[in-house]
Amino acid sequence: MPHDHDHPHSHLPSDPALRVKALETLLTDKGLVDPAALDAIIDLYQNKIGPQNGAKVVAKMWSDADFHKRMIDDPMPTLQEMGLYGRQGEHMVFVENTDDVHNMVVCTLCSCYPWPLLGIPPGWYKSDAYRARAVREPRVVLAEFGVTLPEGKKVRVWDSTAEVRYLVVPQRPSGTDGMSEEELAALVTRDSMIGTGLAQEPGA
Amino acid sequence: MSRIHDMGGRLGTGAVDPQDGYDFAEAKDWHKRALALNVACGFLGQWNIDASRHARELLDPQEYMAFSYYEKWMGGLADLMVDRGVVTAGELASGQAAGVSPVAERAAKPETVEAVLMNGSPYTRDGDAPKLAVGTKVKTRRITRNVTVPGGHTRLPAYAAGAVGEVVLQHGAHVFPDSNAHFKGEAAEPLYAVRFTAQELWGEEADPRDEVVLDLWQSYLESEQ
Repeated sequence: MPHDHDHPHSHLPSDPALRVKALETLLTDKGLVDPAALDAIIDLYQNKIGPQNGAKVVAKMWSDADFHKRMIDDPMPTLQEMGLYGRQGEHMVFVENTDDVHNMVVCTLCSCYPWPLLGIPPGWYKSDAYRARAVREPRVVLAEFGVTLPEGKKVRVWDSTAEVRYLVVPQRPSGTDGMSEEELAALVTRDSMIGTGLAQEPGA
Repeated sequence: MSRIHDMGGRLGTGAVDPQDGYDFAEAKDWHKRALALNVACGFLGQWNIDASRHARELLDPQEYMAFSYYEKWMGGLADLMVDRGVVTAGELASGQAAGVSPVAERAAKPETVEAVLMNGSPYTRDGDAPKLAVGTKVKTRRITRNVTVPGGHTRLPAYAAGAVGEVVLQHGAHVFPDSNAHFKGEAAEPLYAVRFTAQELWGEEADPRDEVVLDLWQSYLESEQ
């Protein structure tokens, strides 16, 4: 392991963009990195994976009782069949909001996040402020996102300290009876699956 | 005390900005490149996810606080590559490669990288059956520390050290970061989700209704029953 007070990275340029470029060039010259593979990785996480995947799962959980049961009991085989599997999403647990409980997810130690279902985490999720405060004053953090919970509702915060990844299943908004899964999925925001938001009301 | 990355409960960090860095597609090019470099270098098989986390935790505390997110990733990556002998400090300083690496054949390939990433990398292992049933009252280790490697990696946050909670989920046996981060083997242990009342962790200022749940390995816990 690297040791305290032994930091080879200080040999690289201090400007971050130049630092990345210098390392990429060196690693390419050593045959350790193929720039085309980096392009493929960026394409995957930029264009193919994102919160639309999680929204599809939530909408289906709202609509299909059998699917809902599988997601609660043993989600991984079904997620693999659906192609909603991969690095940082090997061990999913779905936690459901109810009239009594609001769930919220954080990683206080780093930035653990369910990539295959939500993509790369937004900046605020990785910020010192969110990591520090979500566990200690979640209701104040929720207010910063414009979320006020009904009186009496419990907040349960999940700190992702292992390789288990939690996804919040927001409550289905009223006035959505008869909507298709596709229409429902459009109401499921990224923040609602982290627990810093609620699902959108139809027509909002 | 723990290291600088152990942020849970720290005061004075300011408000959360919900608009900050919302969409990866709109991230700066160097952010995308930094993420891809980190992911690609994992293919070389010279370290594991726990070691890469620990490398970031070992950044100088002043740097950790001053660096943006992907600067931390780049700092950790460069340090880890030198520590594992994949590149030398001299190569980093000069930018000149001293020949092709002996592990170059493992480099991520553009035509297969997506399939490998989508194939996942599970952390469950055959291992001991869990000793703690759901509903068991448990107390966490105090203070938080790696008990075999002084100053080493661990995943028990300081804010939950010495606290009493209740097992709510059994996750099976998972690779143990305290060992794996130091290349001492995967040493899989039963992993549990443990629920604490917010007041147990934060005192009376916390809302009496609220709870915090953490995933904790069996050796972090002792039964209170």
